[in-house]
Amino acid sequence: MTGKQRLESVVKYILLFSALMSILIVVMIGIFTFREAIPAFRDIGIIKLLTGTVWRPGQGQYGILAMIAGSGLVTLGAVVIGVPLALGCAIFLSEIAPPAVRSIVRPSIELLAGIPSVVYGLFGMVVIVPLVRNIDVPGNTGFGLLSASIVLAVMILPTISSVSEYAIRSVPKRFREGSLALGATKWETLTKVILPGAKSGVMSAIILGLGRALGETIAMIMVIGNSVIIPFASSDNPLSIFLSRARTLTGNIAVEINYATGLHESALFATGVVLFALIMIMNSSARMLIGRGKWEKK
Amino acid sequence: MHKNVITRFIPFAVLGLLTVLGACGADSGNDAAPVEDTSLSGELNVVGSTTVQPLAEVLAEAFEALEPDVIIIVQGGGSSVGVRSAVDGNADIGMASREIKLSELQENPELRIHTVARDGIAIVTELGVTVDNLSKEQIQGIFAGEITNWNEVGGENLVITVVAREEGSGTRAAFEELIMDDALIAENAILQPSNGAVRTSISVIPGAIGFLSFGYLDDQTKSLAVNGFLPTAEFAATGSYEIVRPLNMITNGEPDGIAAVFLEFIMSEDGQAIVVSEGYLPVR
Repeated sequence: MTGKQRLESVVKYILLFSALMSILIVVMIGIFTFREAIPAFRDIGIIKLLTGTVWRPGQGQYGILAMIAGSGLVTLGAVVIGVPLALGCAIFLSEIAPPAVRSIVRPSIELLAGIPSVVYGLFGMVVIVPLVRNIDVPGNTGFGLLSASIVLAVMILPTISSVSEYAIRSVPKRFREGSLALGATKWETLTKVILPGAKSGVMSAIILGLGRALGETIAMIMVIGNSVIIPFASSDNPLSIFLSRARTLTGNIAVEINYATGLHESALFATGVVLFALIMIMNSSARMLIGRGKWEKK
Repeated sequence: MHKNVITRFIPFAVLGLLTVLGACGADSGNDAAPVEDTSLSGELNVVGSTTVQPLAEVLAEAFEALEPDVIIIVQGGGSSVGVRSAVDGNADIGMASREIKLSELQENPELRIHTVARDGIAIVTELGVTVDNLSKEQIQGIFAGEITNWNEVGGENLVITVVAREEGSGTRAAFEELIMDDALIAENAILQPSNGAVRTSISVIPGAIGFLSFGYLDDQTKSLAVNGFLPTAEFAATGSYEIVRPLNMITNGEPDGIAAVFLEFIMSEDGQAIVVSEGYLPVR
């Protein structure tokens, strides 16, 4: 073996080591979280934990259904508000914007991803919450799902927008040309050819955004109210459910871990396991969709 | 060896790694840590309630000035962590801003409780609330969610929003014990993870009510009188203001070595003067 070959094999092993290390870290976090959660699964019971509606660690009641509902609803709200906005950005950037405009708009959207989430939380608490409080529904304090969804929508916007933009761009140029040549307008080409072509990429963008939304913590704690209740509509309008306070799975851990001991602590780790599982399902389904959406190169 | 305590407070990602490191470090730490001889030099670990922590830090500083060879390490973590750390030996002294639970005492009959100061808990509202005084029963009704409008307790027609601390907080535990008896804090209460966050939330929500440690009272919120007595150090000292909790230091067994001298110092005239100057109520 020459010196060059030896160097190459050393580098190869260093790289292999780095790759294995990152896998090891994920596996270790998974094992550790699960191990700490075992007492909760054993003593409380997985069904009771997942379907219980009352969370009062002081009274020995550990049900995280309210938190699952809270996380689900706030994510839903964020998707309803954030996805149209993000798709609009993506279409604008990939199909409409001239290069000069694009070179300004894209970095600004990407900048959103760089803002620390505690700053989003502060913004939400000081600006969004007082705005939401103006909605005249009894018991509305501004703290709740709507404020949290708005904040979250802005936070997932860069993820969804940049991944969908990539998906839209990767629709082969010949599709556009063919459609326009057949006499379709720009709008028809966009809605009937390009978006359907980019569908799986856009779907995976949304799912990645969902994953991000589920994992968000500190900004949520600051605006969602953290009450352990299954969100309910407080007026005749069912949409007022979004004015209800709630708690997310992540918030449950972050709010209580400081003071938790024994079974309480273990139940918080169990909350983490549930979250871990949810996000893993999200990410692997996004991966599946991305894999399916590749255009064969010709 | 305190890595194990610290790791509980940082996110999962770091947690997994550090625990492995912490576990490696723990063994060697255990052998070296308890250096307690009669000549006063060495380390003293004080862990627990974040309410007692600032007071303990000032006391530790004063004590270190007297005993230059002693290093006192004060860490937060909460009352329950304080009790647990004292029990399992992770700390020489645990701190708790509530009474020690019967269950904790039954599990660990060796625990010794030293009440080093007392702290009042004030009932505060948003500034726009016109009610000035509440009885203990009214407060209980409000926090339990039975009284939901200020006009039921002599105020304007304004919905009451309850703001409280999260489960496990020493302030919450003390409030529940002193006010709520067996009633539970309403489920739809807004929960915030610190005194500061509670104060901010109350100040921005019209009609909000909550409870704060005396140390956190300022002009962002309005303090209510309870049974006619405002939450002041004077009324708390005479017993007229009733919502007062003990700040405890806990040792596993009778304190010895540095811990004993430190506790003695806290109970001395100088120590209690520091307690007063930090805004808490003395025990002597």
